[in-house]
Amino acid sequence: MYNSYSVNTLAYNAELCNGCGMCVAVCPHAVFEMNERKAHLFQPLACMECGACQLNCVTGAITVESGVGCAAAMMRAALLGLPEAECSCG
Amino acid sequence: MINLDTITINSRPNIFSTTPQLSRANHWDHFLARLGYKRSQHCVEPGLYAIGNPSPDSPVFVTANYTLSFDALRSNLNGIDGYILVLDTNGVNVWCAAGKKTFSTEEIVLRVTATQLKKVVNRHVLILPQLGAPGVAAHEVKKRTGFKVEYGPVRATDLPEYLKTRQATSVMRQVNFPLRDRIILIPVDFVHLILPTVLAALVFYFFLGGLLPALAVLAVLFSAGILFPILLPWLPTHNFSTKGFFLGFLTALPFALSVFIRHPDWTWYHQAGQAFGFLLAMPAVVAFISLNFTGSTTFTSKTGVRREMFAYLPAMAWIFAAGIILNIAFAFIR
Ligand code: SF4
Ligand code: SF4
Repeated sequence: MYNSYSVNTLAYNAELCNGCGMCVAVCPHAVFEMNERKAHLFQPLACMECGACQLNCVTGAITVESGVGCAAAMMRAALLGLPEAECSCG
Repeated sequence: MINLDTITINSRPNIFSTTPQLSRANHWDHFLARLGYKRSQHCVEPGLYAIGNPSPDSPVFVTANYTLSFDALRSNLNGIDGYILVLDTNGVNVWCAAGKKTFSTEEIVLRVTATQLKKVVNRHVLILPQLGAPGVAAHEVKKRTGFKVEYGPVRATDLPEYLKTRQATSVMRQVNFPLRDRIILIPVDFVHLILPTVLAALVFYFFLGGLLPALAVLAVLFSAGILFPILLPWLPTHNFSTKGFFLGFLTALPFALSVFIRHPDWTWYHQAGQAFGFLLAMPAVVAFISLNFTGSTTFTSKTGVRREMFAYLPAMAWIFAAGIILNIAFAFIR
């Protein structure tokens, strides 16, 4: 069965990692784990693209197109020509 | 960028005080907030609060100025002396505010400066809820304020445990979406769906086929608004749309069958036509509402939701149109 969640925009460059462990601390879905003083992608497909790891990675080893995974917000954006980030969650 | 010069800094830090106890008024406010009533008015005054009897060595906790966020934090600090730094997130919870970047590096810098936090505490550490991280760069905060950011657990209930070791276990770091949380979300979406549903049900009842289609509309609301969030993990397939189609099909089956039972005298194509009307239109609407539930969940990525929309939205529209046309057509050809 088709699974639209089988790809995402998370990318990790291990060469830049300094082993600080911040990505492990901030990720709500245990996408990273530490292994021999380096971060490893443990379950990349669990990433929800919240952007916390990228923002808190001081070496720029992680990139992800962060955004809110909210269909209503995207439809509203498409219909009204608004920027997509405007989610109405409260 | 907020201009720090425009903030008047008093000579003495202004500290509000609070307690871990929740009053009856607090609980009532939580109840209304969960219903989505006056959404943006469940606010706490931003600033610095003392809880218990803090000394300059006590920890500083940061939270949003949404009453549910603030109260979840303070009610879990029973017996702990500390400070709470409340950011101005326009009354939005920590995670959503971090996504909108109102719970942000910028706001922390502003609040730390405005409250003169440096004069209040000796240990320059801020304990943030982990879910604030999508809006905050810890190293930036350190650079701009001198305060080290420590990400605490996701849930405030884990704070007492966390404070013993200052280490969050991997369980404390993970967000899940248990039944309780899914049920709590039901009223918020339900409130938005009631009016259109009742209108649609009335239109069907009086103009387009009578009681059965009107009941079908109500069944769709019940199915998509209440059953879907509850059954989410157990519905088959990965995508919300296909889960919704599946649930909608089950919801439509009794309606389709009832056509044959209630109208044995109709011709077979008349029966089949109306039965198919239900089997097409109802699942399409349930699927659509289910797809919208992605916004309330804790794990869908933007990429995945967008791909799901491209994959299923056109199908939903066509199937819905076909179902409605069948239903209406056969309601009139008597
Ligand atoms: S935050 Fe960046 S530098 Fe630190 S462990 Fe993760 S990838 Fe490595
Ligand atoms: S974007 Fe969020 S969910 Fe994805 S890996 Fe980074 S912290 Fe985890």
